[in-house]
Amino acid sequence: MKEVIKVQAIKKTYNAESIPVHALRGVDLSIQQGEFTALVGPSGSGKTTLLNIIGGLDAATEGSVLIDQQNISQLTDSQLIDFRKEHIGFVFQAYNLIPVLTAKENVEFVMLLQGKSQAERDARVKDLLGAVGLSEQIDRRPNQLSGGQQQRVAVARALASKPKFVLADEPTANLDSKSTADLLDIMAKLNREENITFLFSTHDQRVIDRAQRIVTLEDGAIISDEQNAIGS
Amino acid sequence: MILKIAWRNVWRNKRRTLITAAAIFFAVLFSVVAESFNRGIFDGMIDNTVRFYSGYGQVLKKGYWEERTLDKSFELSDSLSQQLLSIDGVDQLVPRLESFALASYGKITKSSMLVGIDPSKENQLTGLSKRVVKGAYLKADDQAILISEGLANKFKLDIQDTLVLISQGYHGVNAAGKYPVKGIVSFGSPELNATMVFLPLATAQWFYGAEGLLSTLVLDIENKSTAERAVAELKKTLNADDYELKDWKQMMPEIIEMKALKESSNKIMLLVLYLIVSFGIFGVIVMMTKERQYEFAVLLSIGMQRRTLSMITWLETVLLGVFGALIGIVASYAMMYYILLNPIKVTGDMAVAYEKFGIEPILLTSVDLDIFANQAITVFVITSLIALYPLNKIWKMKPVDAMRS
Ligand SMILES: Nc1ncnc2c1ncn2[C@@H]1O[C@H](COP(=O)(O)OP(=O)(O)OP(=O)(O)O)[C@@H](O)[C@H]1O
Ligand SMILES: [Mg+2]
Repeated sequence: MKEVIKVQAIKKTYNAESIPVHALRGVDLSIQQGEFTALVGPSGSGKTTLLNIIGGLDAATEGSVLIDQQNISQLTDSQLIDFRKEHIGFVFQAYNLIPVLTAKENVEFVMLLQGKSQAERDARVKDLLGAVGLSEQIDRRPNQLSGGQQQRVAVARALASKPKFVLADEPTANLDSKSTADLLDIMAKLNREENITFLFSTHDQRVIDRAQRIVTLEDGAIISDEQNAIGS
Repeated sequence: MILKIAWRNVWRNKRRTLITAAAIFFAVLFSVVAESFNRGIFDGMIDNTVRFYSGYGQVLKKGYWEERTLDKSFELSDSLSQQLLSIDGVDQLVPRLESFALASYGKITKSSMLVGIDPSKENQLTGLSKRVVKGAYLKADDQAILISEGLANKFKLDIQDTLVLISQGYHGVNAAGKYPVKGIVSFGSPELNATMVFLPLATAQWFYGAEGLLSTLVLDIENKSTAERAVAELKKTLNADDYELKDWKQMMPEIIEMKALKESSNKIMLLVLYLIVSFGIFGVIVMMTKERQYEFAVLLSIGMQRRTLSMITWLETVLLGVFGALIGIVASYAMMYYILLNPIKVTGDMAVAYEKFGIEPILLTSVDLDIFANQAITVFVITSLIALYPLNKIWKMKPVDAMRS
């Protein structure tokens, strides 16, 4: 097994000068290739903060993040952007997509940034949108898609660059239960069949139940980390 | 793809885009109209004067310009003639002997400008023969005159009638003569139309007792740009103790000055106009930037470089401006071109003012391309500057903060 994410002694303090908020108080976490992990915990426990730091969107106050052995805290802003483009897939809670681009173009776009050839882009867009069950909707713009469909396009987009893993911060928070189940089915299938590593945060018990591994944060620290036998 | 995204973003909020483009459209239209009329009117005046009378340059004896007396007339020597003709762009030399004269017919007496001309050279310079509306054009050895239509009407005289002319000749000699009217000429310029009387140069020299002398030597030069160069060259070589060289700008300082004055007042007006429009666009762009914080943050998160994102927003802003400017330019070009072909007649007080400056009372327009290009450049610069606002935001943005709020 290959370790794709290694979080070491991460601390994050907001407003260090005025009223300090200790969002993370020393977190260690290791994610192996192919894991399907839920990050859970009450509101304000530090889930978003941790995901942002792993994704290189925010800097830790202390500690380090290694992605595939590479310490990302040493990268410059522009290098970090490129690093995210090449190695990390993101799915946010909502409004993931570029509103003026169609589903197809949104997925293709990341590969364009990577400089992939037309042929490769076309083939991959078809595969990915097929995999998330949206072959019929490829020419629709985001506002012509349901919230669940938009999140599925976002998953396809996150995978377009062939990242080492996908980070998803409450990807189902705005979805009804049917869409939630569909999205989870797709993520689980991609995880099973393509060995894609997912790390997602959630409040939703039905989503938690689908995870193979459940990491629980409370007050900025990991209080439990267990395999979930019934996970999908 | 960048261009595609930018272009679609421009049309994302159609109503806002149209309002902004309309503001730019009107600013451009207004500026072009103001500039076009301004230039058309003054260039029209200048052109009129240059083409119908003064030419682009004149050689005079030193002192003639101020005193306007025949005593300051001169002989065109072979060497002077050769010197002038050797300048590149000077096609020929058109001699004149001009002074004021009293003209009488029956009981009426009017003051007139009595000009001796070389009929064929004059015709090549000003197309005078085409202005003959009745009778015939002059020949070099005629003992007859051409009279302007306005003056002829005041005298109520016709061709073949005889006009009496009285003036003061060279060195104070009495000048008097009777000449039949050979032709009547019509000028667009009311001033010329009410005063001009032409007679062949030799006849005029005899009348004024100024054998072999000229008051003015007009340089026949093809166009403005050649004129500027030729005049500059001549200024260096001409003997400044004996002669004076006047270019078209010096010959009509009032018009040049008025044009400059009008131009600068126009500029101030347009500056204010563009300032208002700029604030409008700026407001729209600030709003757009605010609304799209989250979107920008997502793009940075998924790996779009700040410079690429900046490029997109810059393009959007500039495209918006250029789009407005373009339709403004097309519309105003069509409008100005139409007016140029179908000039507007000026009436009332304006017409009187025009006549004072000796020009036909019609509104001319200019369709010089630089007027339109200037607008395009102005809008481009303004929108590029405004685009610095979102650029700055993008450069400073932290995706995490933008997404939290
Ligand atoms: N930019 C910030 N400035 C100050 N405090 C912050 C900032 N971001 C997060 N925090 C604080 O850090 C703590 C952790 O926040 P975080 O968003 O990581 O929690 P979370 O587990 O994602 O919560 P939720 O389930 O509500 O999304 C909270 O107390 C929050 O108020
Ligand atoms: Mg959160």
